[in-house]
Amino acid sequence: MSFLLMTVWVAFRVLSRNRMRSALTMLGIIIGVGAVIAMVSIGEGAKAAVQAQIASFGTNVIIILPGTTTVSGVRSGHGGAVTLTVADIEELRKIPAVTEVGWARRDTMQVVHENKNWFTTINGVSPGYLIIRNWSTASGDFFTQTEMDAAAKVALLGNTIIKNLFDPGEDPVGASIRIKNMPFRVVGALEAKGYDTRGTDQDDAVFIPFTTAERKVMGTKFQGSIGAGFLSVESPEQMPQVVEEIKRVLRQRHKLRPTQDDDFTVRNQVDIAKVQEGTSESMTLMLLAVASISLLVGGIGIMNILLVSVTERTREIGIRMAVGAKRRHILLQFLVEAVVLSAMGGLIGVGLGVAGAKAASNVAGWPTIISGDVLVIAFGFSALVGVFFGLYPANKASRLNPIEALRYE
Amino acid sequence: MSLIDCRDLVKTYRLGEMEVHALRGVSLKIDGGEFVAVMGASGSGKSTLMNVFGCLDVPTSGSYLLEGLDVSTLGENRLAEIRNSKIGFVFQNFNLIPRTTALENVQLPLFYRGIPAHEQKALALGALERVGLADRQRHHPAQLSGGQQQRVAIARALVTNPSIILADEPTGNLDSQASREIMDTLTHLNREGITIILVTHEADIAGYARRAIMMKDGVILSDRDAGGVGVAGVVPQEARA
Repeated sequence: MSFLLMTVWVAFRVLSRNRMRSALTMLGIIIGVGAVIAMVSIGEGAKAAVQAQIASFGTNVIIILPGTTTVSGVRSGHGGAVTLTVADIEELRKIPAVTEVGWARRDTMQVVHENKNWFTTINGVSPGYLIIRNWSTASGDFFTQTEMDAAAKVALLGNTIIKNLFDPGEDPVGASIRIKNMPFRVVGALEAKGYDTRGTDQDDAVFIPFTTAERKVMGTKFQGSIGAGFLSVESPEQMPQVVEEIKRVLRQRHKLRPTQDDDFTVRNQVDIAKVQEGTSESMTLMLLAVASISLLVGGIGIMNILLVSVTERTREIGIRMAVGAKRRHILLQFLVEAVVLSAMGGLIGVGLGVAGAKAASNVAGWPTIISGDVLVIAFGFSALVGVFFGLYPANKASRLNPIEALRYE
Repeated sequence: MSLIDCRDLVKTYRLGEMEVHALRGVSLKIDGGEFVAVMGASGSGKSTLMNVFGCLDVPTSGSYLLEGLDVSTLGENRLAEIRNSKIGFVFQNFNLIPRTTALENVQLPLFYRGIPAHEQKALALGALERVGLADRQRHHPAQLSGGQQQRVAIARALVTNPSIILADEPTGNLDSQASREIMDTLTHLNREGITIILVTHEADIAGYARRAIMMKDGVILSDRDAGGVGVAGVVPQEARA
């Protein structure tokens, strides 16, 4: 509609006459929208990073840790007791929703390759472990069942190990490394996984068959005792039910009386994810509150300036009415001015928000995700604020009596 | 059919407790092409009559037929349309929109008529030419003299090709030289067939009109032939002498 277009054009002209005033009026909206977009982008980036970390551990994974022992009042911490065994975990495989089980025990030891050495975590793992962790090899292969059964001296290397023990470009597969002075043949190099949710480098690890670890590297106080058990479940919804079942089975196998505490701990990724989601949800709510408040304040600023403008331009309104402007023409004119102010503020805010987010990722190195939806919503809301807060002054202008308006000094 | 035919126009305002009887029964007929001066002291009701004629105000009672149309029964939107199409206002204080060019001021009524921008421009330029200000189209009111501003206002009143131009003390803020120019312009337009109703309290200005209506306390005191220069061929200054 050409009338609307001309009204927009007139609004731009009127607002450009009072540049400083228009700019200051828009400032509230600019800051509100800009801050929200910058914060949402940073928040979304952080959330995605956390989710990627959680996913890197493998999805739908349940971890079972052995309980503690208390000797003369000294509690040993998780894994201190030998209450969890390979047989326990094998038994849990019978729970219907469980798709895979695995177990591991770990120790920190020095690994040597030729003239280089590295102190790292040696993990003795069952074949199921790497499947559950959703970990694949970059080159080479996992252990074979034969190697497991034979407690063969074979190893899989994490990416950090390869970087520290091998020259760049050197293929570790087939090479020989030494752990506790025993030669191990490298059968595979693992894909890089990055840091986990606690900030530990997951690639700084060497994996050897569980049997090898138990019999040749770490020794054992009790045949089959494990450092941790791992189970994967079909879907996250089944987690709570499976966790209950695990507790029931283990209590029964460990012959615990009802009054006794569990001698194991069950954790799962969903719990961790939930904590993270809870944080990001309250973060989102807070952002929403900040956004609403700043848009509210910005809107009130627009309303205020428009009321001043209506008073200043009372005579102009009278003139327009005298030459044939209908009430809705006057209403539209001031409404369009409000929307032009708020939408321009929104647009500049979007620009500044995007720039701020980009600066945060370039300068501070924070991961940011700028989603188009957020930009559109933020801009849309700022325009709506103009309509909402423009309505009152515009209505006031349109209700003026033309005779009185023409006489206004 | 008369252009304006009003009967027993009454307008009563309420100012707090007080009732102000601005019009107490005015009956009047004005034909197309007339040049009428409405005179009277302030408070005589002449401005109220102009507001009613200009459809800015509706009478409390009585009828007002504009070109046969009973205006007193119309709603606000229709009144706005009539102001837009049939009436051109010229005010004492010019009432141009500040910081807006002469051309855009003249375009304003056409803007609310919703015709395409290039037509608006062409018509507005034509109206400015008729008042001899085509070369000032880009000037803002503040850059124009009082007389020039009033001519821009006349161009704005003209641009819609109205039935009547209502001029409320059009020379009240002007010196005698500019006043003469404005009255010459209005006289010229009247000769082209436009009906002009002029409100003034100055006898020499009223002298330009062919008919003079005297008002007092909301009623018409006298309605006579003023013998003004609306009649073709007579030079204004001589007529007043």
